[in-house]
Amino acid sequence: MTEFTLTINGQKASATEEMTVFEAAATAGIYIPNLCAHPNLPPSGECGLCLVKIEGQSEYAISCTTKTARDMVVHTDTPELRQKQRSALEKILSEHPNACLTCWRKERCKPFDVCLRNVKVTERCVTCPKNGRCDLQKVADFLDIGELTIPYTYRNLPVNQDNPFFDLDYNLCIACGQCIRACHYLRGMETIDFIKLNGFRVAGPVKDNHKNSGCKFCGACIDVCPTGALMERPGKWLGLPRHSVITTCPYCGVGCQLSLEVNDGKIVRSVPVLENSVNQGQACVKGRFGIAEFVHHPERLTNPLIRKGGKLIDASWDETLALVAEALWNYQGDQFAFIASAKCTNEENYLAQKFTRTVMQTNNIDHCARL
Amino acid sequence: MAGLAASFGSGAMTNSINEIKDAACILVIGSDTTSGHPVIALEIKKAVRNGGKLIVANPREIELCRYADIWLRHLPGSDVALLMGMMKIIADEELADLNFVSECCDNFDAFKKSLDNFDLDFVEKVTGVPRDTIIEAARLYATCKPATTIYAMGITQHSHGTDNVLATANLAMLTGNMGKPSTGVNPLRGQNNVQGACDMGALPNVYTGYQRVDNPDLQKKFEVAWREDLSPTPGLTLTEMLDAACDGKIKAMYIMGENPILSDADANHTEKALKNLEFLIVQDFFLNETAQMADVVLPAVSFAEKDGTFTNTERRIQRVRKAIDPIGNSKPDWWIICQLAKKMGAQNFDFENPSEVMEEIAKLTPSYGGVDYERLEECGLQWPCPTKDHPGTPILHVGRFVCGLGKFTPLQYKPPAEIPDKEYPLILTTGRSLYHYHTGTMTRKVAGLNALDPEGLVEINPWDASALKIKNGNTVKVISRRGEVTAKAKVTEKMPKNVVFMTFHFAESAVNLLTNPVLDPVAKIPELKVCAVKIEGVKQK
Repeated sequence: MTEFTLTINGQKASATEEMTVFEAAATAGIYIPNLCAHPNLPPSGECGLCLVKIEGQSEYAISCTTKTARDMVVHTDTPELRQKQRSALEKILSEHPNACLTCWRKERCKPFDVCLRNVKVTERCVTCPKNGRCDLQKVADFLDIGELTIPYTYRNLPVNQDNPFFDLDYNLCIACGQCIRACHYLRGMETIDFIKLNGFRVAGPVKDNHKNSGCKFCGACIDVCPTGALMERPGKWLGLPRHSVITTCPYCGVGCQLSLEVNDGKIVRSVPVLENSVNQGQACVKGRFGIAEFVHHPERLTNPLIRKGGKLIDASWDETLALVAEALWNYQGDQFAFIASAKCTNEENYLAQKFTRTVMQTNNIDHCARL
Repeated sequence: MAGLAASFGSGAMTNSINEIKDAACILVIGSDTTSGHPVIALEIKKAVRNGGKLIVANPREIELCRYADIWLRHLPGSDVALLMGMMKIIADEELADLNFVSECCDNFDAFKKSLDNFDLDFVEKVTGVPRDTIIEAARLYATCKPATTIYAMGITQHSHGTDNVLATANLAMLTGNMGKPSTGVNPLRGQNNVQGACDMGALPNVYTGYQRVDNPDLQKKFEVAWREDLSPTPGLTLTEMLDAACDGKIKAMYIMGENPILSDADANHTEKALKNLEFLIVQDFFLNETAQMADVVLPAVSFAEKDGTFTNTERRIQRVRKAIDPIGNSKPDWWIICQLAKKMGAQNFDFENPSEVMEEIAKLTPSYGGVDYERLEECGLQWPCPTKDHPGTPILHVGRFVCGLGKFTPLQYKPPAEIPDKEYPLILTTGRSLYHYHTGTMTRKVAGLNALDPEGLVEINPWDASALKIKNGNTVKVISRRGEVTAKAKVTEKMPKNVVFMTFHFAESAVNLLTNPVLDPVAKIPELKVCAVKIEGVKQK
């Protein structure tokens, strides 16, 4: 792979033949507006927004499907380009509520504030679950879209809630095809495709519902959706998370890296982390939708329990630890056994065997690795 | 893991997850990867998309069969015959990598002689796979390089599980698929930190990093570090502990984060063992079936409320980070053990946080020698990582095996311990569902997962079903020599004739009331994958 340089907006950038103009620009830190680029998906050119001007070529080029070449001179920010991109975006916006994108007040209003502009409830930014983290909003801001010339009518399509985990609001689908490509390329499945609903071209399950279409509820489609069309149901209306923590999934031995999004001390979403070599932005239904509910389950044990008169009764830590310590003195040596856990951390398993071997004076420690 | 350790000197996944996509041929045996390890299944699908060949060996028609070039539908428990049969073809047709074998491996002649027991007539009869398919698979695996083998509990949970593992090791060595990218023998560990629990010496015969307790030098090393006298006698394995509890030899037990009543073979026996104890401590975050029998229950936190590390199936040590505060008065397991040890007068449990524990682990464990929390920050480290400047090891056995020479093992076919007969005519095999995990302690608490997969079903072939007059959705009784459970029947062509399937996630149809606790003599793993059962319809009210 030979490396060469090209010029983007007067700036030297290095690239290889493998790279597209879009990738070369991204590497050089230059943003090109887009709605369908994803680092783990082959480029599609579907959204038509990432246009650039390449010197010596009469037509504008779609940068995500155009390969770089030595000494290529690229412009990404000429006024003509911006006008072209605005027209392309306006066409998309004629199919998507847009008061949420073009309103001058949108920075000031908080979720569920009363809309001062008398916008219909279905078109308000404050009633869109993606408000504040929407790619369409980001692109509209970047291109500085003002009032639109093409009128928009609400599609009035049903919201698909055919499964326990996520909603698919067809009214917000811009038919960019990202979810379909994620399902096909990232998961090797063919659960969703373009479908016609009341004459509108939208992405949806190929059969009557997601389950019957073979969906495994991995959530890959949600992560790539640029709008609020696909949203996890839990946490859907909680807005941006206060903070998020990257940790390792507690389910199987793959060790997917997950970002747990937390609001008010509660986990609201878990999202697979893109930049790592283990799961590369993917997870399964358990890591994706099976975490917050068991962590915050009402049956979680919240106090030590001691059996008194045949029943397990709440006790304090001091009382319980004293009782256990007292009792274990009687069982030092080979009459004691410790079953450690493949679910606990390395440090905990280390301490468990150290405890068994030093304090309890026996090697009777095992866990269910064998099972 | 005993099998891989015997062949190569180390019992872990030899290669890394992100190499799978570049393999020219993948053999998936004893793993329903899309259910058990869905994200690794994505790498397998990528390999297929990149032009790689996929061979699936599984009695059930698992989802990966759809992507496979060859599907070997062998009978449960016939893995050794299948693999040795393939190897006989590879040897006979001179497709073996003899350079690799002579340079890097040992004991080849004895192994080659044992292949004589696996002529194709015999293999075809024992496995039920047509000979042409076996020949085709053997040729494909031997000629498409790099080739890799992926297996899971379908290989290990047998009375001859160690032989199964040794067979996969033999195949990798015979075809020279070791120590290179996208090759190797890759066991997929079932639980998130099985690898780490083993690495940390939560095993009766070894300290951390597989340092044997009966080696006087190592015993001395740990005695000095821990300032305590230590026993040189290996302890009991989990199954042996339960037997000893039944006999009254074990009187007190401390169970941390496990639910053996549901996860161990022969649940009735486990329950009897635990009832016989004088003192049972259970430390968990739910009052699971085992905790309900305890004298003391210590409330632990979930993974989201603590710091620490897990080691994944590719030996990668990764951080667990605290996202929320502990719920109620629950505490991290590491804190509880330290407090208890201190209460009992121990001196060496003064740890402020898990990072300090890892410092001690690194000092005592050669393979974790270079590990500290700062280095794990980015994307973890794959052991062995002996020093602070060592980058970690994505591929084991590069250039030479950890033990010097890879050891071929001559093998014989052994049938499962319990084979179908007139009284119990069907084979029961077990596995996982995508929507649940292990004994369901976590996933059964999630409404959506329960909605998608609400109950344990008995999967049965339409031919067997019609012979028993069972229709899809009928409630049936599954009976083995050890117990019986009721569950609904799912009639599906995904099952072969005479074999039925259940998952082990559901307490109300606990499949381990049925399974056979007979152990593999080396690894001490019970035969959860094969037992003989009969099925009876239950009269509908």
